[in-house]
Amino acid sequence: MPTFDIALLLSGQYHDWLVRGLVLSLQIAATTWVLAVPLAIVIALLRLAPVKALRAVGAAYVEGIRNVPLLAHLLFWYFGAPELLPEGLKQWLYAGNVEVVSAVVALTLYTAAYMAEDIRSGIRAIPVVQFEAARALGFGFLATMRRVILPQALRVTVPPLISQTLNLWKDTSIATVIGVAELMYQAAKVESATFRSAEAFAFATAAYLTVSLAVTGLAAWYHHRYPARTV
Amino acid sequence: MIELVQTYWVYFLIGQYPNGPLGGLALTVLLAALALVLALPLGVVLGLARISPFRAVRWPVTATVYVVRGVPLLMVIFWAYFFLPSVTGHKTDQFSTMLIALVLFDGVYLAEIVRAGILGIPKGQAECARSLGLGYWRTMRLVILPQALRHMLPSLVNQFVATIKETSLGYIIGLTEVSFIAAQINTQVFTRATEVYGLLALTYFVLCFGLSRVAHGLERRLTRRSPVRPASASPTLQSQQASA
Amino acid sequence: MIRFDQVNKWYGAYHALVDVTEHIAQGEVVVVCGPSGSGKSTLIRTLNRLEAIGSGTISINGEDIHRRGLDVNAFRSRIGFLFQQFNLFPHLTAIENCTLAPVHLRRLTPAAAREASMALLDRVGLAHKADAYPAELSGGQQQRVAIARALAMEPPLMLFDEPTSALDPEMVGEVLLVMRALAKDGMTMVCVTHEMGFAREVADRVLFMDHGKVLERATPEAFFNRPQHPRAQQFLSDIRTPFAQPA
Repeated sequence: MPTFDIALLLSGQYHDWLVRGLVLSLQIAATTWVLAVPLAIVIALLRLAPVKALRAVGAAYVEGIRNVPLLAHLLFWYFGAPELLPEGLKQWLYAGNVEVVSAVVALTLYTAAYMAEDIRSGIRAIPVVQFEAARALGFGFLATMRRVILPQALRVTVPPLISQTLNLWKDTSIATVIGVAELMYQAAKVESATFRSAEAFAFATAAYLTVSLAVTGLAAWYHHRYPARTV
Repeated sequence: MIELVQTYWVYFLIGQYPNGPLGGLALTVLLAALALVLALPLGVVLGLARISPFRAVRWPVTATVYVVRGVPLLMVIFWAYFFLPSVTGHKTDQFSTMLIALVLFDGVYLAEIVRAGILGIPKGQAECARSLGLGYWRTMRLVILPQALRHMLPSLVNQFVATIKETSLGYIIGLTEVSFIAAQINTQVFTRATEVYGLLALTYFVLCFGLSRVAHGLERRLTRRSPVRPASASPTLQSQQASA
Repeated sequence: MIRFDQVNKWYGAYHALVDVTEHIAQGEVVVVCGPSGSGKSTLIRTLNRLEAIGSGTISINGEDIHRRGLDVNAFRSRIGFLFQQFNLFPHLTAIENCTLAPVHLRRLTPAAAREASMALLDRVGLAHKADAYPAELSGGQQQRVAIARALAMEPPLMLFDEPTSALDPEMVGEVLLVMRALAKDGMTMVCVTHEMGFAREVADRVLFMDHGKVLERATPEAFFNRPQHPRAQQFLSDIRTPFAQPA
């Protein structure tokens, strides 16, 4: 087996490919996160709404998304969904970066379903008397959530949300299946160009691990700095 | 959509069998079941190692767990795909590659479930077993693990659901599991992508949702049987909604 | 049979056992009592090495139980220990709880173990519940099965750590009856208990502990009627007239 050529990873064309892939992975993860969190809050509130029909919609969303693998979601949003769009919109989409858009849509919907469950658990952990006290003061459901419940639930919810962020980071790798040129795609591309699988995958492994450990470290710091305060 | 289903349902369910290797939904379920069955003993071993009193055992295993959990499953699959042939000497087929990757990946996740399960058994059980004179291994084997594994059953079913979804990544290395078959069908039919992938999603949904209901039922039965249940200090929205 | 020699134990800075020196003869029934936190549970748990000691020696039949090379598991299998929380194994039936240790440690055949355990369950009055799971048994029944389980290993010594404290009052009697029968059969017993009636009737000696020290040792008759140490007097008076506390 040829020796491990670290120079390959530090400069040159292949290094550039890998770095570009890493940057795209980070961008996709960040964009998805920014879109998924608000969506997750909406879904969580739907599932806790006093109206049964709204609760059913929320539950259907979560169960429908979570029981289908991310790969199938990506295949659907890349191959299937654009077909349904009106012609003008479809042309505009294909002219741009349809792979990345499909990936972000699929990832956002997928991640939001999981985050919604964590947020819902966080809200349900707040004693119901808090809710009752706010209602007694005259706040409606949404106002209660916004002013009283969610601020408290946040502290409980941050650790599982950080865990979901970790999952999101790792899930960006699956976008490779629809041709998104993120880190995993680039690593495979370097491998097929140079046959140096060890170097290419060492870079990718190190990149994934570094970000993962950084996120885990953030979780540990948060837990240390803001331990859960119970009454 | 009906003719689509009628034309391709056999191919979708079992691939090219018997004119070729097993594929489709059957392969998906078989791969997931086999992976979980093999990952469970690995998970127990790693879980025990994670709570071992010996640092020389605990640290390497903890490091391995952090590394495997810090990278995507696809990375583990690529490791297996590109490095197994040089380790074993000959080219490894896609099924074995996926199987080994899944066993390693799920084994590590199961290790955490096992560890939590063991730590959840009341301290008095181990104390009592040790008081009777049963050593560490006998205490684990006869008293702690039987109880822990029983409590873990819903988590194990949930892990089975997760593994079924993980098998979909076999698509990327050309394994003829159900997602790959759906893509093949799509290339043949070509203009009905939405329907094909919609049906794929529906199939996964029915299978996984069904299994998660089984897990839910198991969990309800288990908590009903055990007489000890911690009373919550104040009623939460959860208990309110449960009685509503 | 049992000898404590200047035994001390610390939990960090807290001195849990203070220069305990006692001797318990074979066949004796000793009750250890005292207020909460006096160290009585700690003391009994040092006897089967569930707790370690800081200094001093404990010997059983002349042998230092902390000597190097002692097989702890074999040592523990020769002592019966009863817990406040019974600690029956919930995944096994009553009889399986009893046969577990004999089959795996004394290498009895399952049939022989079952026969012996049935006899023991009969002795504690629960032969008809042999195939019941702990969840199906009341607290008193569980504790009696626990006694049968401990007896299955034929120990020369039995230790009881507040065996009736977790029981509803109407079930305390059935357990104490079994313990009394054991005492009459000549078993060496050390019991930590609040059941003063049991102490009076069955014990050969009472040890009173407070803050880790053994403050008084006397026959039950002497202890309950003429306590010497002021703390013992206070303790007994608190028990007898719980509502006569100063405002």
